[in-house]
Parts: sequence; C-alpha cells; structure tokens
Amino acid sequence: MHFHLTEEQIAIQEAVRGTLADNWPMARLHAFAESDADFDPPSWQALMALGLGGILLPDSGMGLLDAALASQIAGEAAAPGPLIGQMLAVHAVALSSNPDVAGFLDDLVEGATVATLALDGSDHVQSANAARFFLTGSRNGPLELVEAGAGVTITPMPSTDRSRPLASVTFDGAMTHQLFAAGDPFIARLFDAALILVAADALGGAQKCTDMSVDYAKTREQFGQPIGRFQGLKHQLAQMALEVEPAHAFVWYAAYAWDAQLPDAPRAAAMAKAHLADVYVRCTRAAVAAHGGIGYTWEFGLNYWFRRAIFDRAWLGSPAEHRARAAQMAGW
Amino acid sequence: MDLSYGDDAEAFRGEVKAFLNAAWQPGERRRDELKAYIAEFRTNATGHGYLYRSVPKRYGGSEQPVDVIRAQVIREEFQRARAPMEVGGNGMNMTVPTLLEKGTEEQKELFIRKTVEGEYIWGQGYSEPGAGSDLAAVRTKGELSADGSTWIINGQKIWTSQGMQSTHMFMLVRTEPNAAKHDGITYLLIDLNQPGITRRPIRQMTGEGGFCEFFFDNAQTPVSWQVGERGQGWYVSRTTLKHERASIGSADGLGNQFDKLVELARETGRIADPVVRHELARIEGFVMAHRYTSFRLFSCAAAGEDPGPVSLMMKLALTEIGHEMALLAQDLAGEALLREPAAAGTRGRGPEKWLDQIMGSLGNSIAGGASNIQRNIIAERGLGLPRDLAMQAER
Repeated sequence: MHFHLTEEQIAIQEAVRGTLADNWPMARLHAFAESDADFDPPSWQALMALGLGGILLPDSGMGLLDAALASQIAGEAAAPGPLIGQMLAVHAVALSSNPDVAGFLDDLVEGATVATLALDGSDHVQSANAARFFLTGSRNGPLELVEAGAGVTITPMPSTDRSRPLASVTFDGAMTHQLFAAGDPFIARLFDAALILVAADALGGAQKCTDMSVDYAKTREQFGQPIGRFQGLKHQLAQMALEVEPAHAFVWYAAYAWDAQLPDAPRAAAMAKAHLADVYVRCTRAAVAAHGGIGYTWEFGLNYWFRRAIFDRAWLGSPAEHRARAAQMAGW
Repeated sequence: MDLSYGDDAEAFRGEVKAFLNAAWQPGERRRDELKAYIAEFRTNATGHGYLYRSVPKRYGGSEQPVDVIRAQVIREEFQRARAPMEVGGNGMNMTVPTLLEKGTEEQKELFIRKTVEGEYIWGQGYSEPGAGSDLAAVRTKGELSADGSTWIINGQKIWTSQGMQSTHMFMLVRTEPNAAKHDGITYLLIDLNQPGITRRPIRQMTGEGGFCEFFFDNAQTPVSWQVGERGQGWYVSRTTLKHERASIGSADGLGNQFDKLVELARETGRIADPVVRHELARIEGFVMAHRYTSFRLFSCAAAGEDPGPVSLMMKLALTEIGHEMALLAQDLAGEALLREPAAAGTRGRGPEKWLDQIMGSLGNSIAGGASNIQRNIIAERGLGLPRDLAMQAER
C-alpha cells in the first residue's frame, strides 16, 4: 500500500517549481500578457531541459501520475507553453505504429519542436504560431498529427487566459499523419489523460490561490492586527483549504487509475476534471475576496489565475458535460 | 502509487478469514445465548491478536505491535463476516488510551480489563451548560474532603452520549479556582451509581434520546481515581489517541450512504432527470475526494509520515458532504417526507427514512467539535493563522 507522494516525486515537483520561479517570475508573466507572443522560449526550454517532454514515453519509468505532478506545478506558476499537448503528443507518437512519425519523436521529447492540442476541433489552440505539430481528433474519430506549414491557417484571438494565448486554426490540405484509427481504444485513453492533466493544472492553480491568500492574511494588517486573526476571514481561508487539500488525492487517484488501467479510470478522469474545475473557480474567486482591493488590480497578478481557472473549466468539456458522461458510465 | 496491501498483508488476511470461518458461527443463537457467544468469540479473537491490539495482555488485550495495515485487514474481514469487533464507545476510544498513557498501575488494574470486557461503560463528563466550545471554562467544582482522601464534586455535566447506560464517567472538574483557566482543572474518574448523582435523558430534535445530563450534589470519588496531577486535567484530556486510528472506515460509510442516495433517486423515478444526475455527480466528486484522501492518510500512517493539514479537515469534509446529501435527499424524497418515519430498524420504511440522515447531518456539525471550531482548527493549526486574541490571552 502506497498512496502518497514519494520523496523522488516531491523532489521533481520542487525542481519544476524552482525552474519556473527562475524563468517565469511575475514580471515575465506581466510582460508576456501585454505582448503579442503566444509562446515563451526561455521558460519552455528550461522546462524541457528537466526532461518533462519524455515523462509519457513508454519506457520512461514514469507515468501519467508524474505528468500530472508536473502539470500541477505548471498550473501553480501559471506557466505558458503547451506542456500538456507536448507530453500527450510524445505519448501518442511513441505508441503509434505509423512509421512516418517515428522520426519526429526525439525532437518532441527534447522540446526542440513544439506540439499543441487541437482536439475536438481547432477553434482554441494554444501556442499555435510556435507549434510544429497539432494533435487533432475526437473521441469517435481518428487521432492525427498535423504538420504546421502549407494548408494551415492561424488566426490569433484575444484570449481570456493571458498565460495561454489562443488562436483559431484551420486545416485545408495540410500534411497529416494518422496516429491511431477511429475506434482504437488508445484514443479514449488519450482524451482521459488530457482531462487528468487539466485537472492537475487546476489543482496547482487552486493551491496557489489558497497559499497566496493565507500568506496575505498573515501579513496584511488592519485594526492594528493581521487580518488573518479575524474569524470571518479565517473561516473563508479554511473553506479554501477544505476545497483544495482533499482534491490532491483525487487527482492522484485518477492518474493512478489511468496508469494501472483500472476499469474505473475513464470515469475517474471525467469526475476529476469536473470537480477540479469547480474547485479552481471557487478558490480563485475566494482569493480575490480575501485580498480585497489589491486582488482586483491587474498589477497584483491574481487575475492570471482567475482567468486560467476560466480556461481550465471550459477547455475540453465543462463540468456539466463530464458529469453527464460520468452519470452514463455509472449506469444511472 | 499502489493500492494493494502487499503479500504479507494478504497472507495475514488468509489467516483472519480462516479464523473467522471457524470461530464465528452464531447460527440461530438469540438474546442471552448470542450475548454469551459474542463474549466468548471476542476473547478468542483477542487470543489470536485480532482485537484490543493496543492493550497489554495483563489487562485483557492482545498487545500487538502497531500495524495500521493489519488493523485495516482485520476490520475489513470482520465486517465482511459480520463478526463483532471491540466493544465500542468512549471506554475503548478515550478511557483506555488515556489510562495507558497517564494512569497509575492501580487504575489500569482496576479499569482496563472491565472496560475491555464491556462491564464498565464510560460516559464523557466534559461539556457543561456554560462550557461548550470553550471547554476549559468548566465550573463543576471539586474539593478535597477534610482527610484528603476523597474528591467532593458539585455541578452539572451535559451532552453525555450513552449516559443512561454508563456505569462510570471520566470528567473534567475545577479544583484550583484561583489558577489560570487551563491550569485549574483535574481529570477524575467516578462511579455513577451513588446517591450524589442524578441523571436525566435529553430528547433530541429527532424525537429520540441519546444524551444525558448529570447533576452532582456532593458526589464522591477517591483521590486514587484522579488521573495525572492535580490541576493538569486539561492536558490529560488532550492525550493523543494514536493507536492504529487511521482507517478507511469513515470514507467507506460515506460511500455507502452515497450509494443509497443513488438508490433513492432510482426508487423515486428521478434518476433519468438531468438535474438529478448532475447533482449526484457533483456530490460524488466530494465523496471521491474524501475517499482517496482517506487512502492518503492511511498510507502516510502506515509509513509513519505526517500527511500535513489535510488530516485536520476530514471531520468537516464529512459533515459538509452530509449536508449536501441531505439537501438532495430532501428533493428526491419529495412528499414522502411529509410522513414521519417509523423508528430505525422497523420494516417497511419508505423514502421518508431519509429524515434520519437529514436531521443526523445537522447533529454531525455539532457533535465532536462544532464545524466553526473545526474551521478555527484548520485555520490556526493547519494554515498557521494567528490565534484569536481573546483565546490567546487566556493561555
């Protein structure tokens, strides 16, 4: 029986956290948010240098749980870059039997080429201008890898989540490689993995909002004392902790069930995505309330997580859609 | 992550199963015959090291090394076989661990075996009408007799579960009226069957009993029944209970209750309603988070690691999920709730039986540390926020 993080997993999270603290401080996030860029090469290269691109290689000795732990820290830091897309593309390319894509793998693992998700349509694609590959498909159709270049039209859009700028992408005669044919069980598993990685991003963001609020309550003084001494605020912060702390094990379980291919893995993925999306939104709202006026300013930066929570909730299916799927899967 | 208990534990499970197959065959026994059979079974199971594992053999326990995984396997197999476990209640949860850590040899000899065997039933004498969440405000007075041999007790205790059945009580009594609030309390054990004590049942909002209040009018207990030093009772009562307490039990109970809620939605024909399906799945998200967190706590306990502040949140989480389930149950049961349910255990109860859970969920938010006190604990001990000035000033 082992159902808590190992020292090694905690060390990897610390390494990712430290790398992002160095390469993605608030000043960089502010500058990125005001720019037209949809990709940040320095922070991407720093993350890729840690080996995150290869976590989901079949022989990495790691699994979706480790990928989720990395995604959690990316969420905590509001990191740019399509980390989720990259890890999933590596997984799909490595396991595909299409010989044409085998040559793409090494550069993808190293992060020298970027892959981004265009699942379930391509209206909202992250880092589209930086991407060399688009992972496209739907649960019922084939899974494909589309190459950037001729036949690909990218139309950037103003994006709510400033840490993950989006574009609408259309494909018309672009170079396309089928990775898995429609009906291959791998495709449903890839979609489930995506849900769990988004849930992990939301977990990191919700934890960050809670931690920021607690820190602020300890230092901000009114009426001659730290505001964290007032029971009203104390109870709001306890509520945030009550939302986010038990959610860690939920994400672990969903990832563990996926890795172990347990029968309840698809349902756990849907339930985790729905639950964490709600937790994240509630925690970011509560964080703004806990900070008062400063939390409502652009400069303080809390709004990046608030916006990211809106992204994580809407992307790849709303809580209501996944709960409807979960109800179906339970045979209700 | 690995949710299997390991080969050792599975081999042990085989032993427990074999024991239960042979030793737990209650058959058609009823009443006194069944009671005697259960007592005999418990002694047998203790002899095999399955029950009273934290209690030394000389006091009637099985004195086993702490092993949360074996303890969990035992719980699972006994539950599966519907075999009786330890005599429950305050005695095993509170009195015995406290005596093991702070009691005198005489007290251990006198009380532990009889508690283990179910002869002594313990009531908790903590709360008073004026000392609820502010427990250290107890005013029930203890004074020494002239010869210094006996504590004379006057005052009132309230909210004592199992109070009408209790034979003994462990209580917090103010013995040093001039000392600081937390330093003037002594922890005493007392025999409840004496002329100076009257008890009265308290009827709950459910209409049923369950609690008692006690009035002490020159009640007596020997000085040798005082646990720990005079004036140190507050700290004795805080004795950490650390004997294999990690379990997946409360989360299992919650999961079972959720399954019944789904059943209710089926019975009432509402399961196809998209609103109901969404609400069920939304609530189940919290149930799942709670369940997997119980795995986490269990895993940390087995490894001897500290899980962090999340361990302080389990009671409040359980309470809050109970409220959510109560609200949905109320919608699902609909007009059936216009009928007051027959007593629990009665045959033929319909959806109106959820009234027990609907009211019980409110009891959970009060009993064993009210929800607002839980929030204070999470905020202060878990998140490190500063203590309330009024509370800080008293310490």
